[in-house]
Amino acid sequence: MSYITKPKVAHPGMPRNKLGLTSRDYEGMVSTLCAGCGHDSVTAAIIQAVFELGIEPHMLAKMSGIGCSSKTPAYFISQSHGFNSVHGRMPSVTTGAYVANRELTYVGVSGDGDSLSIGVGQFVHAIRRNLNMCYIIENNGVYGLTKGQFSASADIGSVPKKGLPNAQEPIDPASTALSLGATYIARSFSGDKEQLIPLLKGALMHRGFALVDIVSPCVTFNDHEGSTKSYAHTRQFYHHVSDIDYIPPAEEIKAAYAEGDAMPIQMHDGSAIVLRKVDKNYDVTSRASAFKYLRERFNADEITTGLLYLDESRAEMHELMGNVETPLSQLMLDGLNPGAEELKKLQSRYR
Amino acid sequence: MATENDVVIKIATVNGTGSASANGLLMKSIFRMGVPVVGKNYFPSNIQGLPTWYEIRVTGDGYKARSNRVDVMVAMNAQTYARDMAEVTPGGWLIYDSTWPRSQLLDRNDITVIGIPFSKMCNESFDGARARILMKNIAYVGAVAALLDIDLEVITALLEETFAAKAHMIDSNMRAIRLGFDQAQQTVSCPLPTTVAAMEATSGNIIIDGNTAAGLGCMYAGATVGAWYPITPSTSLMDAFREFCLRYRVEPESGKRTYCIIQAEDELAAIGMVIGAAWNGARSFTPTSGPGISLMSEFIGYAYYAEIPTVIFNVQRTGPSTGMPTRTQQCDILSCAYASHGDTKHVLLFPADPGECFYAAVNAFDMAERLQTPVMVMLDLDIGMNDWMVPELEWDESYVPDRGKVLNAEQLEEMENFYRYLDVDGDGIPYRSLPGVHPKGAYFTRGSGHTKFGSYTEDSADYKEVIDRLLVKWETARSILPKPEIRYSKGNKAGIITIGSGDGACTEALDRLAQQNVELNYCRIKAFPFSYEVSEFIEQHEVVYVVEQNRDAQLRMLLINDIEADQTKLVPLLHYDGMPINSEFVVDRVLEEIAKGRAA
Repeated sequence: MSYITKPKVAHPGMPRNKLGLTSRDYEGMVSTLCAGCGHDSVTAAIIQAVFELGIEPHMLAKMSGIGCSSKTPAYFISQSHGFNSVHGRMPSVTTGAYVANRELTYVGVSGDGDSLSIGVGQFVHAIRRNLNMCYIIENNGVYGLTKGQFSASADIGSVPKKGLPNAQEPIDPASTALSLGATYIARSFSGDKEQLIPLLKGALMHRGFALVDIVSPCVTFNDHEGSTKSYAHTRQFYHHVSDIDYIPPAEEIKAAYAEGDAMPIQMHDGSAIVLRKVDKNYDVTSRASAFKYLRERFNADEITTGLLYLDESRAEMHELMGNVETPLSQLMLDGLNPGAEELKKLQSRYR
Repeated sequence: MATENDVVIKIATVNGTGSASANGLLMKSIFRMGVPVVGKNYFPSNIQGLPTWYEIRVTGDGYKARSNRVDVMVAMNAQTYARDMAEVTPGGWLIYDSTWPRSQLLDRNDITVIGIPFSKMCNESFDGARARILMKNIAYVGAVAALLDIDLEVITALLEETFAAKAHMIDSNMRAIRLGFDQAQQTVSCPLPTTVAAMEATSGNIIIDGNTAAGLGCMYAGATVGAWYPITPSTSLMDAFREFCLRYRVEPESGKRTYCIIQAEDELAAIGMVIGAAWNGARSFTPTSGPGISLMSEFIGYAYYAEIPTVIFNVQRTGPSTGMPTRTQQCDILSCAYASHGDTKHVLLFPADPGECFYAAVNAFDMAERLQTPVMVMLDLDIGMNDWMVPELEWDESYVPDRGKVLNAEQLEEMENFYRYLDVDGDGIPYRSLPGVHPKGAYFTRGSGHTKFGSYTEDSADYKEVIDRLLVKWETARSILPKPEIRYSKGNKAGIITIGSGDGACTEALDRLAQQNVELNYCRIKAFPFSYEVSEFIEQHEVVYVVEQNRDAQLRMLLINDIEADQTKLVPLLHYDGMPINSEFVVDRVLEEIAKGRAA
């Protein structure tokens, strides 16, 4: 058996959220990933973000595909429904689930193999539909479960543990999402909790497709010298372009931000994101300039992180499709079926 | 020989010229005269410019299949003139457009050739190239009406209904009808010895295709999510669902929709969406065809193992590979029955005509939710896209959807622990919980090995317990699925088994064989897994002819596999050229087998 139930013991002094729950209530099974795996840090950040947001566990749905990343939904929030689907197909399952019940919060956890190779088609089309979900890519440039093949996000020149350096162009999920019209795009690093947790909170509360691309090193197959997705390499070339603070609804923006430094952005649920720019030239609302910036930094071998793009104005999937507010799965048959008399009538054209 | 209400008319035209509405007008006029009709459309996988045929069988006896005869050929396409002429049954008639000279080399002295200058007449009477082409088609309706004695008043009434909002269209169409009608009368002595005469045999019936009826069934069943990728010949099913939903599923005040149709990026995504929506409690479905089933197979196995209700309509077309996308076959029986890797098997429903498609659609949702498994409704192009005469569809107001074993918040609250895959009732069907209902209902849905409690496992015993319990569920499915239609008489030692669109040809063949003193019993299977009655039927006979529309005798294989039917008794009668099966084929093959000594 490769799962272990974690005993739930909450210290009486542990902080509680608006539902009176502690972060322990948002935990899952004990992780079976390798010790030191970046994904476990992401799992911890998800737990913290959902705990702080005070989302009711059963109102969250955890979606995934196949791979190391996709195992992680078992390791957080046991009281949420989880759906570990087939390889590369998490976006379609989430699309169907969201269409059926728009009241849940959807968090999808995927990897670079799951999203950028086998599932690149579904990744792309979920963005086009502006599916209202938080889509996390735990990006390590390598296939872990099959022991060390390059993924489509491996950088040119990155050296594998065995074999030749990668010679093919990488797919960058952030600039890909930017070109496709994703409405919330962030990048972070599994080793930077301070930056990551607010970015996840913003992504969870954003109305529309929110991508969080997280460099999450694979300690077993891609953490050596010459790898561009190692802890050491990421720390060295890590570049903050922005940080955010997430301010829940009805809470005032209290912290002092220097003028021009910080920009509050109102979200649909009444919450706000305060954007603290590290690079003052960066425009988080312009696709064109964000794309240019990302490419320039990429060419300079830098990993740009922070909130990269935000558009709160675009309609999400249900609005685009003109659906009723009630979840479709909760509609009763009498409202859906015009009855025997109408069936008789409508057949006149077939006579 | 003079006949009444027993004639096959075949019309050869070019696709994209508006002949479909002319053919529909002709067929419906005969239907309105109270005479049963069978319509078959033979169209190319093309938008415009290739040959296309429409066949109308007028059958006073009310048979459902096509016939292999052509009594009256309307040869409007010069490109196919030679083969069209060759196809006319001896003693028949061929009508052609005599505006241009035709090749005398092809003449046959056993048929009557009638020349009517359709193009010339229409060029003189109508303006504009498009109108002339369209009216030429309407003009042959007039000619056929004169030749077969079809009631002009019925045609007029139909045109008036069709063009209620466009009075000038009624006028021009009627002029074209008259041109053809009068010219035919001037050319030959009308009517021909083969006529259509008014009957009372169509009241209470409609003319509808299976895709439309299935789309209507989905709407009536309360389906709220449809995901699909366009593929011939299933596309019109979602088109129909959309059309009905636009009419009945838009809230009048808000203009908002109580349904959602998603055009997916491919079939893999379409089935993923259906499964995601069903997991969340919505009635969801996807229409597709063989190639789509191939792409969906991984997910179908997932839904089988994770036990998620999934409704799929497979409108089968001729394979393998791209095959002939606009021709019919029953060639996906095995690929659907066992879709996906690993030990999987799936519930199949086999409607025999469009009317049954409506009811099968509703039943598919009930069965999928009751059994928590994929259910595939197996149409074929013949049922899905051709116009059939069927009894008017009826709705039982007392219908309550069977949503299966779904626990609500109160039930979950009362439970100490909820476990997703426990066989509480002994029928192999566990209880489900839906996301967002109660924290106690939470579980982790996975395609990986799991225990009856829902947790991950690599333990052999735990794995086997679940996979064996699925067999218990399989037997439950066998007991609740629709029973076969059986016509049995104790004296008969041989029988016929068929499915789906084989029904019309087989039931007609039974009549014709009886006329030759060959009496056979009949079993039309409606679902897989096969019920006890099917086993019993095979046991009761010395020989059973298995009539199906594929090369490899897939239904026969499935019978041997699923119910261990005695294969030495099962004689395959296989029709797989892409055309709908006809009774002559069945009769000839049965007689051939009898001659070979395979009689009972």
